[in-house]
Amino acid sequence: MTNSIAEIGGAKTILAVGTNTTAAHPIIALQMKNAVRNGAKLVVINPKEVDLCQHAHLFLQNRPGTDIPLLMAMARVIIEEGLYDAAFVEQRCEGYAEFEQSLYDFSLTEVAELSGVAEEKIVAAARLYAKNTPSSILYCMGITQHVHGTRNVLAIANLAMLTGNIGKPSSGVNPLRGQNNVQGACDMGSLPDVFPGYQKVADMTARLKFEQAWNVSLNPVPGLTHTEIFDGLYSGRIRSLYLIGENPVLSEANASHAIEAMKRCEFMVVQDIFLSETAELADVVLPAASFAEKDGTFTNTERRVQRVRKAISSEEEIKPDWWITAELARRLGGKGFDYTVPAEIFEEMAPLVPSYSGISYKRLDQGGIQWPCPDEKHGGTLFLHKDRFATASGRGRFTALNSPETAEKVDDEFPLVLTTDRSLFHFHGTMTRRVFGLNVLSKAEKLIMHPDDAALYHIEDGEKVRVVSRRAAVEVEVRISADCKPGIVSMSFHFSETPTNMLTCGEVDPIAKTPTTKVCAVRIEKIKSVEVH
Amino acid sequence: MTIATITVNGLELTVDSELTILQASMKKGIYIPHLCHHNELEPVGACRLCLVEVDGNWKTLACKTKVYDGMQVKTETDEINAIRKVALELLIADHDTDCLACAQNTNCALQRVADHIGVDTARLARMKPREKVLPVDTSNPFFDFNPNRCVLCGICVRTCDEIVNVNAIDFAYRGLGTKVAGFGDKPRLESNCVSCGECLVRCPVGALTEKNYQRPVSYVKTVCSYCGCGCGLMLGVRNNRIVTAKGEPGNKASDGKLCVKGRFGFKYVNSPERLRHPLIKRESGFVAVSWDEALDYVAEKLADSKGESFAAIASAKCTNEDNYVLQKFTRSVMQTNNIDHCARL
Ligand code: SF4
Ligand code: SF4
Ligand code: SF4
Repeated sequence: MTNSIAEIGGAKTILAVGTNTTAAHPIIALQMKNAVRNGAKLVVINPKEVDLCQHAHLFLQNRPGTDIPLLMAMARVIIEEGLYDAAFVEQRCEGYAEFEQSLYDFSLTEVAELSGVAEEKIVAAARLYAKNTPSSILYCMGITQHVHGTRNVLAIANLAMLTGNIGKPSSGVNPLRGQNNVQGACDMGSLPDVFPGYQKVADMTARLKFEQAWNVSLNPVPGLTHTEIFDGLYSGRIRSLYLIGENPVLSEANASHAIEAMKRCEFMVVQDIFLSETAELADVVLPAASFAEKDGTFTNTERRVQRVRKAISSEEEIKPDWWITAELARRLGGKGFDYTVPAEIFEEMAPLVPSYSGISYKRLDQGGIQWPCPDEKHGGTLFLHKDRFATASGRGRFTALNSPETAEKVDDEFPLVLTTDRSLFHFHGTMTRRVFGLNVLSKAEKLIMHPDDAALYHIEDGEKVRVVSRRAAVEVEVRISADCKPGIVSMSFHFSETPTNMLTCGEVDPIAKTPTTKVCAVRIEKIKSVEVH
Repeated sequence: MTIATITVNGLELTVDSELTILQASMKKGIYIPHLCHHNELEPVGACRLCLVEVDGNWKTLACKTKVYDGMQVKTETDEINAIRKVALELLIADHDTDCLACAQNTNCALQRVADHIGVDTARLARMKPREKVLPVDTSNPFFDFNPNRCVLCGICVRTCDEIVNVNAIDFAYRGLGTKVAGFGDKPRLESNCVSCGECLVRCPVGALTEKNYQRPVSYVKTVCSYCGCGCGLMLGVRNNRIVTAKGEPGNKASDGKLCVKGRFGFKYVNSPERLRHPLIKRESGFVAVSWDEALDYVAEKLADSKGESFAAIASAKCTNEDNYVLQKFTRSVMQTNNIDHCARL
């Protein structure tokens, strides 16, 4: 997030794109609802009528995969009506002319037709966002899990820069990170192209710095991404895999490909707290401590580094992840893995990562600190891009965009669009499925289907059907609801009994390599024979 | 902050003029009996217990009246004490008295009020006994609602409205029959309640209680392990088990609040299904082995695939320290940058 959670309450307009916030980020949703209570306007853009819509002033229910046209049309309205922040564009940004040019591909009438959102609504949303400021954009997986996910994000950034809604309190471009420590995992360099602190492995200065710190020579070639790793396992290019705390059998798009890939792996080590569906496939399984049994830090979606503290001791043979990895490293001849407590790891890391340099366990005892925090005197950073952007020129770059094609198209054989969603009561599943009460609240997977489609296919509420995509088929119970538009159905992916991601498409965004799980063509087959009246 | 000087029971206090009489007095350590007041909620003045006398000539509710400079407050007079006593007696007459079996015992606002005002059992006995015992709503998997212990303070109703914005519950029926209920007075599980438990933690008495509640002996401050909000979490610990959880007051990200997963979702930590030993797959299936055996075996296997034939998948559930060590291992020992995690998913 460029801005902080607490700032959301101060926004005058909130644009929530592709996020089912009340389910996926409930505490952030409290801030949004609080802002609305205090007079803010809430605009929701989502293919599904999510719970948040109850609090929204405007709901733009677009067809899945039409976010870019919608956002570009809004930008065009803002420019044509002279509502943009000319001074901000002039002083803080670059690439405007090209961007403006690219907007002429998006006529309001065509976008309305394409997205299924009425013209007046697009105009009203654009005006609110540009005029009723500060405006804050929040977005989530609905935006990133597309073949064109990266461009979706750029479209959002365009809109924010155009109206000067960035680098100020209660504004900004705010991705809501899914897992508790996604932000931290990225910051720490659990990415194929960067060292900790986003310092490029291909960059010689960065590499020298880490070679000196770690006293080894390092490989300059960027590694493979998550999806490429699974392709590599499948093709035999990768022979051994060390997988920590993840369950690709449930979470991976096109899961049958991932399962086959892992089966082909010569040697696979899984480190987890449970014997997950993925761990079952491993050659060695290592029992790891849970968050309550170890010390450390997490970094949340607003870049706040906070202390995780050991509340109970684990059983004797359960070990923290850092300990296990360090033990392996030592056995493989690694130097500099003699940590006795996590604080030593943090002390080694902080000087190497400029935005963490001023943070220490001692300071964190007084409360979390938001990076960048370059030195011990620095109090942390509430919102980013205040005076300059993190580009070479310091200016925010507009991006010219054209209308994207979705990877999956519907046709006569697969006439419906399946889009995935989350439940408030589950998180992926490995953990929540083992909490009795959470299963009482949400027992099994449901396919959400519009009454018109249900009538068309003669399906009753609660009926079990087979959902077939170009890759696989799963069986699931139907819940008839107008939350989705006709032609669109939705499912979550928390239940191993109903592996939704077997259906979804593994095609990836060319830049971020994020697989698309949000758009998948399917058909519905009846299991129960049709009664003839 | 503007300052006001007020006198409470003859004691001069310098306080923030934005506060109510109740807030200002409580802040200075002067107790005024109350049940329906909660600092995070709009005052409603429903319990009438915080009645005070101001400037010697008028009575007002301390929870709804702001202080002003020169204000003279008396928290007790004969008249106020008489009114309070009746209000309390009416509440107790309609309340369970099996305090020892209640999860809120010693933590209860009604006990505190009774302690302050004093209870006359003979007078209580003469009052009309409660007509019927109402059924306890145990439908929610995490908490129970016992209307027989409810003092109708409305804190839960206002919490669900003002803080959670879900409005799952409200007062139903009239007069003596008044109770807190979801739509149609159906079990709480069938309402639109999202089980966040924010009402539960604010209930001043034992009407809303956590299922199988055990009072922890200590709390440990940490961070929720589910989503990226990173809510401050206080794990309640007893005998090396986590028995309960609450939000960390004043946490900058979550301001003391939690959702259903954060508050009740820690139970997986105590799950009997946890992995307990390193396992190596043999022909017969997984076999439990010692750490030395497991680590030596893995190291021996990985020694063959240093370089581009190795890959690591990190976890966004793990700590920064775990992630740092894994990427350092991958890069410096395994000599490859093949490391990624599920951020893309
Ligand atoms: S648990 Fe949360 S949603 Fe349910 S009634 Fe209480 S405050 Fe409302
Ligand atoms: S359940 Fe508790 S909080 Fe709600 S009205 Fe009754 S006593 Fe008050
Ligand atoms: S309590 Fe809920 S909202 Fe907060 S971090 Fe945990 S899962 Fe997320």
